[in-house]
Amino acid sequence: MIRSEILKEIAPILKDQLIVCNIGIPSQELHAIMDQPSNFYMLGTMGLASSIGLGLALAQPKTVISIDGDGSILTNLGTLPTIGNNCPSNYILMIIDNGSYGSTGDQPTYTGRKTDLAGMARAAGCDNVVEVQDVDCGKALQEAIDAQNGTVLVVKCDSGNAKMPVITMDPVVIRHRFMEAVKA
Amino acid sequence: MNIDKKIVDDLVANDVSFVTTVPCKQLAGVIEEVDQRPEIFHIPSNKEDEGMGLCAGAFMGGKRPAIIMQNTAIGVTINTLATLTQFYRMPLPMIISYRGELREPVACQVEMAVHTKALLEQMLIPTYHFHWQKDVEEFDNILKYTFMANKPVAILTDANFWGGYGDQ
Ligand SMILES: Cc1ncc(C[n+]2csc(CCOP(=O)(O)OP(=O)(O)O)c2C)c(N)n1
Ligand SMILES: [Mg+2]
Repeated sequence: MIRSEILKEIAPILKDQLIVCNIGIPSQELHAIMDQPSNFYMLGTMGLASSIGLGLALAQPKTVISIDGDGSILTNLGTLPTIGNNCPSNYILMIIDNGSYGSTGDQPTYTGRKTDLAGMARAAGCDNVVEVQDVDCGKALQEAIDAQNGTVLVVKCDSGNAKMPVITMDPVVIRHRFMEAVKA
Repeated sequence: MNIDKKIVDDLVANDVSFVTTVPCKQLAGVIEEVDQRPEIFHIPSNKEDEGMGLCAGAFMGGKRPAIIMQNTAIGVTINTLATLTQFYRMPLPMIISYRGELREPVACQVEMAVHTKALLEQMLIPTYHFHWQKDVEEFDNILKYTFMANKPVAILTDANFWGGYGDQ
């Protein structure tokens, strides 16, 4: 499965959840598949979805799901120790590990070779790290939501992108409606 | 006056309850003070752009954030300041040690010091420079201004402000 197929499959689980979504095509796909006020789309700043989600989870009690990518985790690897040492029970970091920089044309990342993100997350101090194949993503995500124990979920899948329109919503609108959803 | 205490008192008085830090020798006292206050959640970050991501999340979760970092981190965070903090219009007080200024013992620090104000100006980031201890009296107003304006704001604090480097 490719990322967009996973997102379509887990859309019912993501409904009404607070989601911080990775830059580029991941956000475009999520936006096209299931736009909702509780989606925070990153329009830039590669690498910080996991950090924004962690800050949000630490600041308020609702469950937060960051949908991140392998390339973005690799560019902000310092995030894993910060999550490992501070992870609140309401935080789920879901890394869609397609082994590539999808948005820029699927150039390979090192996770497609020798690098093991789940192992790195464990070594960084993350207590609940689950690695699954794409087809098992929905089940694993639902379990993580139900467990409320602060989970890092690594979802191994194929490279590839769906053709979706660019998000033209103003960033302040994205942020405002997201904050209203957080407060609701 | 204990400037570490004054800075953290003002943070607390302005309801800043989420602070991330990357250390600088000059900031050791204020970081220790932040760490001791029950009103503040202190989360050290590994890189300053990561810290700004944490602050963006905390802000959207209803908390007032702040970051404490060295001026060299301006070189690390330009993209984040432009595409996250400014693009989404989020407030962020940045308490910055201004290394490489008068009384600096380490030559390499001067290399980023000479770019610091120019970069902040290019980014249109309101910037305040604390050189004398009494300059800290403005801190409370700077915090109010930051959360009024919904912008990142820089407070550069140089070695003279912190009382030099002691025996270093
Ligand atoms: C600092 C910086 N470098 C490069 C880019 C270009 N860029 C945008 S998204 C992306 C790929 C992200 O890959 P990943 O996180 O694995 O997500 P995927 O699209 O594969 O799901 C890159 C390289 C950028 N936006 N910012
Ligand atoms: Mg990828």
